[in-house]
Amino acid sequence: MGLLSARDLIRRAKEPATYDSPVLELEHLDTLWLQVTGTLCNLACLHCFISCGPNNDSHDMMSLGQVQEAVDRAVEEGVKEFYFTGGEPFMHPQIREMIDCALEHGPLTVLTNGILIDEEMAAWLGDRFRESRYSFDLRVSLDGTTAAENDAIRGRHTFEKILSGVDRLHQNGINPVITVTTCHAELGAEAGRQRFFELLRSRGLERPRLKFLAPFKIGREERRGGGYEDYERLKKGDLNEEAKESLQCSSCRMVTAKGAYPCPILIEVEEARMGDSLDDALEPIELNHPACYTCFVEGVTCRT
Amino acid sequence: MKGTRFAVFGGVYNNHLSLKATLDDARSRGAQELFCLGDMGGFGPNPDRVFPLLRDVDDLYVMQGNYDHSIGNRLDDCACGYTDPRDNHFAQISYDYTLENTADTHKDWLKQLPGTFRKTWGRRRVLMAHGSPRRINEFLWESMCPDAFLASLLTDAEADLLFVTHTGIPWKRRLPDGRMVVNVGAIGRPANHGQTTVDYALVEVKDREVEVSIMPVAYDHQELAREMREEKLPEEFVETVLTGWWTTCLEVLPAKERAAGKY
Ligand code: SF4
Ligand code: SF4
Repeated sequence: MGLLSARDLIRRAKEPATYDSPVLELEHLDTLWLQVTGTLCNLACLHCFISCGPNNDSHDMMSLGQVQEAVDRAVEEGVKEFYFTGGEPFMHPQIREMIDCALEHGPLTVLTNGILIDEEMAAWLGDRFRESRYSFDLRVSLDGTTAAENDAIRGRHTFEKILSGVDRLHQNGINPVITVTTCHAELGAEAGRQRFFELLRSRGLERPRLKFLAPFKIGREERRGGGYEDYERLKKGDLNEEAKESLQCSSCRMVTAKGAYPCPILIEVEEARMGDSLDDALEPIELNHPACYTCFVEGVTCRT
Repeated sequence: MKGTRFAVFGGVYNNHLSLKATLDDARSRGAQELFCLGDMGGFGPNPDRVFPLLRDVDDLYVMQGNYDHSIGNRLDDCACGYTDPRDNHFAQISYDYTLENTADTHKDWLKQLPGTFRKTWGRRRVLMAHGSPRRINEFLWESMCPDAFLASLLTDAEADLLFVTHTGIPWKRRLPDGRMVVNVGAIGRPANHGQTTVDYALVEVKDREVEVSIMPVAYDHQELAREMREEKLPEEFVETVLTGWWTTCLEVLPAKERAAGKY
């Protein structure tokens, strides 16, 4: 489904790089992403597609009021689920209030590197998990099945710290989804996947939950793996109905301290900003960014 | 005066024994019309045994589920697309088995089934769909459906009462404005709660109001397990029938529903 044939790719490679991009309507706001800690992170992973890190303040932390406002507006639209991301959400001093605010209205997934989840936080999260009316999920990133493999991407000594965070969640009754960015194609293949299942089972997580994501060639990942070729753009006519539905931006929007964006991937692209608040972001979007090409070809979605 | 009764069920999964038990239960409780929301195949033994109970029956209306679409169109797999190779392995076993053991005439029948039913019961506009009103394969899990989301689904679909299946776990919710969504669960496989019974929805329309009850049905699950072993279906599936706990393809479960199960 949706894949271009080799012949199409070659034909398009010869065409000039100015394309008439497809336009995509927001079918329904199913997913609201909130970049609660902005681009602030305690790590600086090599493949981070928004170049987050301890010194990146290109997007500020959101205030609790901003989160509340976006959540309320999304509820008016009949939103289906919330996602918190950053940076690292657990760096926010009011992360607990924010979690409560979202969980009151719908299911929530928090994307984290797991390192700041100490005993006390894990216990609090466990309580929320049990008591909330809606599903509450934690998604922890891990990029290898050995310290050497993971630390090469996520930084020194992170492998053990991440897995300790996962252990603490597990002890408090939460079975987090482990997210793997498949920088090495081999990791996404069946044998690679199998290794992750085995690693987690060996740590006592009997029923591992895993998600494998293709990397985006923007942000720091652009310098690591190389950027996009000119022909890697979408143009009008590439998308049939099924392909449109499969793109997450037909059903999601992203809100940061800076304003509203089509998706979590494009928040560092100034032209992609749709306005100050979610209200300004319910319009159709133009799929004129090369990252849109990855979404389309790989069938990527940031959701679990 | 007693009201008018209907029954709504889905997820037959080749389980002809629980199908028979469900139809008997619903009719004995006075259901005048019965509605099947699809997914005849998968999981259980001897696919062709469900069709005589479903086809050309006067009081029964049958809709197409995603599995029926795949089997009817002779596709290669059920398109579940699991991450865990183990899940894919088990999903493929039941799909291949069902595809191979469903007669052509039944495949053709599955292929032409309708995708939704609309009714008016009392003062409620009723819509029945397989997954959700907008997509045949959308899962509506209880813990993943905010009130506001359900309200917008109902508004968009111009309905006050929605019935779906597809997830295999039943639930119902009345919204503050009185509209209602019911997931009827599945009659072919127990709902991952440690009981061997299966579920359907019994509807009563009285004084223009609609009441819905989720009804557990017991059937001869030992006999089903015996048949499954005879057909050499995986012991993991048999365990589910005998214990009521799901053992495979758990990846689709949201965190909350997953935590409520054994695995
Ligand atoms: S990938 Fe995640 S953990 Fe790593 S720097 Fe980016 S935001 Fe931080
Ligand atoms: S990057 Fe992907 S999700 Fe974002 S707007 Fe482009 S196609 Fe949509």
